[in-house]
Amino acid sequence: MIGVQPVATPGAPLARRNPVAKLAAALIFSFVLVATLDPVAPAIAIAVELAVLPLFGVRYRVLARRAWPLLASAVGILVTLVLFAADRSGPVLLQAGPILVTQGVLVTAAGLVLRTLAVALPGIIVFATTDPTDLADALIQNARAPARFAIGALAAFRLVPLLEQEWRMISMARRARGVDAGRNPLARLRLFGSTAFALLVGAIRRGTRLAVAMDARGFDAGTPRTVARRQRFTRADGLLVAGAAVLAGGALAVSVALGTFRPLIG
Amino acid sequence: MSGVELRGFGWRHAGRKRWAVRGVDLRVERGERVLLLGASGAGKSTLLAALAGLLPEDSGEQEGTVEIDGLEPRKARERVGIVFQDPETQLVMARSGDDVAFGLENRGVPAGEIWPRVDEALRRIGFPYHRDRPTAALSGGEQQRLALAGVLALRPGLLLLDEPTANLDPAGATLVRRAVADALDADTTLILVEHRVAEALPLVDRVVVLEPGGGVRADGPPGAVFAAHGDALAEAGVWVPGRTVPPRHATAPPGELLLTADRLGLPPRLAPTDLRVRAGEALAVLGPNGAGKSTLALLLGGLLRPGTGAVTGTPALAGADARTPPHRWRAPALAGRIGSVFQDPEHQFVTGTVRDELALGPRRTGQDEAAVRATVDALLERLGLDRLAGANPYTLSGGEARRLSVATALATAPRLLICDEPTFGQDRRTWRELVDLFAELRDAGHGVVAVTHDPDFVAALADRTVVLERP
Amino acid sequence: MDTTTNRWRTIDIVVASVIAVAFGVIFWAWGLLWGATDAAFAFFPPAQAIMYGVWLVPAVLGGLVIRKPGASLYCELVAAIVSALLGSQWASIVILQGLIQGLGAELAFAAFRYRSYRLPAALLAGALTGLSAAIFDFVYWNKAYELANYRIPYALLTIVSSTIVAGLGSWLLTRALANTGVLDRFPAGRDRALV
Ligand SMILES: Nc1ncnc2c1ncn2[C@@H]1O[C@H](COP(=O)(O)OP(=O)(O)OP(=O)(O)O)[C@@H](O)[C@H]1O
Ligand SMILES: Nc1ncnc2c1ncn2[C@@H]1O[C@H](COP(=O)(O)OP(=O)(O)OP(=O)(O)O)[C@@H](O)[C@H]1O
Ligand SMILES: [Mg+2]
Ligand SMILES: [Mg+2]
Repeated sequence: MIGVQPVATPGAPLARRNPVAKLAAALIFSFVLVATLDPVAPAIAIAVELAVLPLFGVRYRVLARRAWPLLASAVGILVTLVLFAADRSGPVLLQAGPILVTQGVLVTAAGLVLRTLAVALPGIIVFATTDPTDLADALIQNARAPARFAIGALAAFRLVPLLEQEWRMISMARRARGVDAGRNPLARLRLFGSTAFALLVGAIRRGTRLAVAMDARGFDAGTPRTVARRQRFTRADGLLVAGAAVLAGGALAVSVALGTFRPLIG
Repeated sequence: MSGVELRGFGWRHAGRKRWAVRGVDLRVERGERVLLLGASGAGKSTLLAALAGLLPEDSGEQEGTVEIDGLEPRKARERVGIVFQDPETQLVMARSGDDVAFGLENRGVPAGEIWPRVDEALRRIGFPYHRDRPTAALSGGEQQRLALAGVLALRPGLLLLDEPTANLDPAGATLVRRAVADALDADTTLILVEHRVAEALPLVDRVVVLEPGGGVRADGPPGAVFAAHGDALAEAGVWVPGRTVPPRHATAPPGELLLTADRLGLPPRLAPTDLRVRAGEALAVLGPNGAGKSTLALLLGGLLRPGTGAVTGTPALAGADARTPPHRWRAPALAGRIGSVFQDPEHQFVTGTVRDELALGPRRTGQDEAAVRATVDALLERLGLDRLAGANPYTLSGGEARRLSVATALATAPRLLICDEPTFGQDRRTWRELVDLFAELRDAGHGVVAVTHDPDFVAALADRTVVLERP
Repeated sequence: MDTTTNRWRTIDIVVASVIAVAFGVIFWAWGLLWGATDAAFAFFPPAQAIMYGVWLVPAVLGGLVIRKPGASLYCELVAAIVSALLGSQWASIVILQGLIQGLGAELAFAAFRYRSYRLPAALLAGALTGLSAAIFDFVYWNKAYELANYRIPYALLTIVSSTIVAGLGSWLLTRALANTGVLDRFPAGRDRALV
């Protein structure tokens, strides 16, 4: 159910780039777009994102599957805006009781919905194409992240698929001992809560044992670590980051040139 | 400069009144191979943890001293490699090869040397897959071997192994023992904990027996130790080679049918299997690691929904419920009819103390408080858990945890008992106590199904065996 | 003694990571639920902020369990990254949010000079992480909405939810965890013996 493995075609030209470079590119691309509220810049950004998707080896179907909850948020944004938009300028399109929809409201809604998508997609693409181990390695080797923390987090991440198994085990153990909730919804909720708590306790217990096992193999012994899996940050990686900055800047520039730019602050 | 030196060593775990080990004076020279024996709960695992520098001061109290090559264990970690009782928690990385490389990276081995050493270690333990194999996709036995590879790759001067073959099928156990034998060179010191002495003897040249109350009970070459103290040691729970236990087979023919499985399977974990379980009969289920024995046990226990075929309880077992399959029964009814013991005891614990753990089942099946107390006390006493009644189940030793999990299923006196590896990690005394319990239960007309890799157990108890093959 | 210094032991790192990973999974599921309940809150959308506290639990819980400078920030940030790795629909923006939210709780524990981890500290941490989250949302997500009818109630509800769910909730959760014995190697677990 929960995917922890990358879903992209491995050899795709951009999927192969250094994970830190991909992450940096996604962050830059997203955060430049954060600056504006207009619909034009995000629309351009989305077009760019969809265009580069094949280079990352991600199929459109996969992207849609990961992004669909965003569409639900888009509906939420629309409803909220109709009720609470600050800017109700422009010609009135619909008025019914307290509901007042103007052209200004629709433009704002389009801007917000597009921005939500445009800002989220780069992250979705990058995380869908990145193996957690590679990410931790690259963070240590190319972004100078503290090795102890990155490796510790990686070791804990390995527990994700195990959590699901553990949940089933806990439920079976309770059933074997005569504990179930039957049809009573309140009892079900209580059982759910106590199973979830048992899961957290079990995960922490595993964590303490894992820490002992890591220490036993010389983790944190003070010896400088070497790296078995080399991650390189090449010119191509630099170009990817620069390209992201240029494209995002370009989207903003177009918006400014068209006069649609609406700064977030100010 | 010697190998290991303990002087008056003792350790008390935080929250316990009793010392786990105490008053141990022991000297092990470099290159010696020692088999460490002792009753379940005698403190063997604790002692190994101390040698590996893994008893942090915030988790208990220490007495006396431990030295490895004249150093404090925490400072000597580079020279020590340890494989714990439980393989699952020792794997750190997501890919098998990365996991073996993990220790090498920590020790600062030059990058160019890492992968050749990883491949060599994997080859030595007979790892059947590529090094990119996800660790989550390995069976218990494969995980155990991978953990061993991770330690062997470090070429430790002192190798500590805690029951490295528990839960392995006989072929896998032989493979692991061979890998250990191959890995030892003249300079490697080995301290091995293993209850089943006979299998371990070819690996060692010295036997040390820990006394549960404190100190070392016997120490010397295996032949001499067993000749001089054989009877006393057997009495104290050591599996002295050559001493068999009297079998306890059924004296009466089996009774009525309790449960049938028709073409029961769960692809890809278990191939379709037919099985009948009768009252007054002990059935042993055998087969290699990964054959689906545990899956079968869970299916028979009404805890998993069958993928193919069906499990049916007879009216003798289930009364009016016999028309519905066990996995649809309400839990209290199920617990009163079929008791399940999981392969990993810790998967089974639900409460915070040993006493509550035992009382849970009887309470849920509707016994009154006085009866619950009587049942619980009797089980605690018989299985040597009485002084642990207030302890947290997760702090028990490997063997104690196993006994507790068996006891929780016995507590509701179910008509049918299904146990997954009920005897692993037991000393000779607790082992006999378990066999006697099962035998009494069977002779009183209950059905017993035991999944096991333990040939002694099969020889002593089983009236019939079923062998599963890998699906 | 290791425990009184600010250096993180391996067990601190791994258990903080485990808490973060567990909540990363919860975030991922909560995100789906959040999206699904958007419509349910249509009668008064700011009311959705009462669900907000769950996003902020790791910040307070991490601080209460680990008791080292940086724990709040680390747990909240890693939880955000994990939810992104699992495919959260908000992806990279949650990393920035995690950073900002973690800082809020971190400030609260710093205000107690990393010495008190009692209920008041927990509540302050919950309130401040809520405040930092509210400021971010006020500027970034809610900029285009009405001030008095939406942005301000939303921000206030966020802080209230966070104080209760993240602050009080994490404090209760820490106590319950300590009672099971899994925190015995942490100062939070040793408080138990004193009661
Ligand atoms: N983490 C712990 N906290 C408290 N008590 C513990 C802990 N680990 C072990 N003990 C107790 O210390 C004693 C010795 O345990 P240890 O695991 O060393 O025994 P062992 O000789 O290895 O037994 P076995 O053969 O059953 O594995 C037991 O009584 C056990 O309950
Ligand atoms: N929860 C699970 N999900 C998927 N596959 C599983 C699961 N549990 C076990 N398997 C796989 O199913 C097969 C049978 O597993 P099972 O645990 O039943 O074997 P077993 O005979 O009990 O082995 P062992 O002797 O090692 O205990 C194995 O290949 C195992 O990897
Ligand atoms: Mg042990
Ligand atoms: Mg099994």
